[in-house]
Amino acid sequence: MVLLQVIVGGLLLGAVYALFSSGLTLIWGMMNFINFAHGEFVMLGMYVAFLVVVWLGGGPPVFTLAAALALFALGVGIYLSLVRHVIRGPMLAQILSTFGLALLLRYTAFWIFSANFVTLPQTSLAGTVKLGGLFLPVAQLVAGVVAICLTLALHMLLTHSTIGSRLLAVAEDRAAAMLMGIRPDRMQMLAWGLSAGAAGIAGALMATAYPWSPSVGETFGLIAFVVVALGGFGSVIGSLYAGLIIGLIQAVSAFWLGAIYKDIVVYGLFVALLWLRPQGLMGKA
Amino acid sequence: MKQILPAHWPVILLAAALLLYPLILPGAFYRDIGVTFLLAAISASAWNIVGGYAGQVSVGHSMFFGLGAYASLLFYTLWGWPPIAGVPIGVLLAVGLSIVIGMPTFRLTGHYFSMATIAVAELIRIFTGTWNFVGAAIGLQGPATARGWWDLIFRSELPYYYLFLAVLAILLAITAVIERRRFGFYLRAIKASERAARSLGVPVRRTKMKALALSAAFTAIAGSLYVIKTGFIDPDSGFGILISVQMVIVAALGGAGTLFGPLVGALILIPLQSATNTWFGGGGSGLTYILYGGIIVLIARFEPGGLFELWRRLRNVFRKRLHA
Repeated sequence: MVLLQVIVGGLLLGAVYALFSSGLTLIWGMMNFINFAHGEFVMLGMYVAFLVVVWLGGGPPVFTLAAALALFALGVGIYLSLVRHVIRGPMLAQILSTFGLALLLRYTAFWIFSANFVTLPQTSLAGTVKLGGLFLPVAQLVAGVVAICLTLALHMLLTHSTIGSRLLAVAEDRAAAMLMGIRPDRMQMLAWGLSAGAAGIAGALMATAYPWSPSVGETFGLIAFVVVALGGFGSVIGSLYAGLIIGLIQAVSAFWLGAIYKDIVVYGLFVALLWLRPQGLMGKA
Repeated sequence: MKQILPAHWPVILLAAALLLYPLILPGAFYRDIGVTFLLAAISASAWNIVGGYAGQVSVGHSMFFGLGAYASLLFYTLWGWPPIAGVPIGVLLAVGLSIVIGMPTFRLTGHYFSMATIAVAELIRIFTGTWNFVGAAIGLQGPATARGWWDLIFRSELPYYYLFLAVLAILLAITAVIERRRFGFYLRAIKASERAARSLGVPVRRTKMKALALSAAFTAIAGSLYVIKTGFIDPDSGFGILISVQMVIVAALGGAGTLFGPLVGALILIPLQSATNTWFGGGGSGLTYILYGGIIVLIARFEPGGLFELWRRLRNVFRKRLHA
């Protein structure tokens, strides 16, 4: 019974992993570009939620929406001011641009918020529910379910809408898309907004259920790499499965081996994946 | 100008300045900066071989640095070896690890290598922190007092300064030779376009592997030198991400893929770093990394070639004006 509890907890957290990783995979698939600051976007989403609760006293719908909008704007801003200029530059510039951004955001957060762990003040999602013998914190349950729904929604948006077709067209062949009357620059800007927005929502959802500090950005960034590598670069539905799997593996290894080892197991899995199946489980070679 | 002065006069001037620096500025503070500068220049020059010349951007080079550092102190802790005796073992381990990393990731192009290096470095850091054999989170300590000259423990910074300077000179000499050899041309061809290089018959994977192994070996030596001087290592000071960050930023600031770029980068960054630490006190280290992040972003956005490229462009503009 305890193991079942651990498994469900891991899957709920894994759903949130899936949501922010789908943002990373979107950028990778669109632009063949890795955002090293993606984990920091999640961390910023958490602090946006925190500030909205503390200053304005908004409930979960308010601060989640605020985090989504703030990070969407940040993503668009970073695309316009930074990424657009380095994307056709040398590889070194591409990697350094978001890597430097990650350091900048992480240590600015340390400076402003200090290294202490914080939790959100009591929200309307407090308490636990009993589901068939399992005790689940409401906040975790809501975060997991909302994250799954949003990841699926992003998948549907990409596969079943005009905007999605345009995004995929730009990803497939930029020049041909341009000839079809699609503006690649605008689509890539939108992709950055969606990607950062997804990270922001995931951050706000996790803020309701878990304590955090500025250092979580690095951990979430690496987890997003692992999820994307497992799910296949560029596949949102792949990152949904992979996110759930990683959440599950993390929870079970923390339960059996001890909490320190959960990250070792996950990063070890990543290295093994790069060795054995670099295109990911769902990816095409 | 060329007739009056030999073509290599800036290099000769630089070498003379580095040789005389601790004699001209004898204070302990300046010598400490000098030693830190040399160590940063060695690590960044080692990174530069694979990250600069070959264009394979590693953001986890701390794994090699840490291996060298831990190898030096582990055998002292186990059997009382002098730290310098651990250097060849650290180099061997680093080369072995570089093969483990390079074999799978160099089959692929692009960002895979960067992602793999950051994940492996992090994996090793966390793992080291839980492994009692290597001191877990507390780390390892070197000999407290010298048992003989072979422990290389000196009261003065001066012997360290000249030891590090000698290693840097050897590393730069090797890099200068590589630059002129076929191997160096292979590296630059791969950096410019891997596909084009392969179509011209460059053995791409083998060349990248060799560059990574050489780079790893010298980074491990830098790690050993670090603990020979400080006598202490823990997971964060050996394998921490900021160790990797410093190598990347020092090389990129001066000019990645140029012989003296890392040296110039260290020349600017290390005094800047100790200045921010002095101005902002103990809490300054956080600000140092905000500054690092900002500099990295600015380099990537405006001048990915680093200061060397900027200098070349300004010189050309100046010359055109002169001739116009």
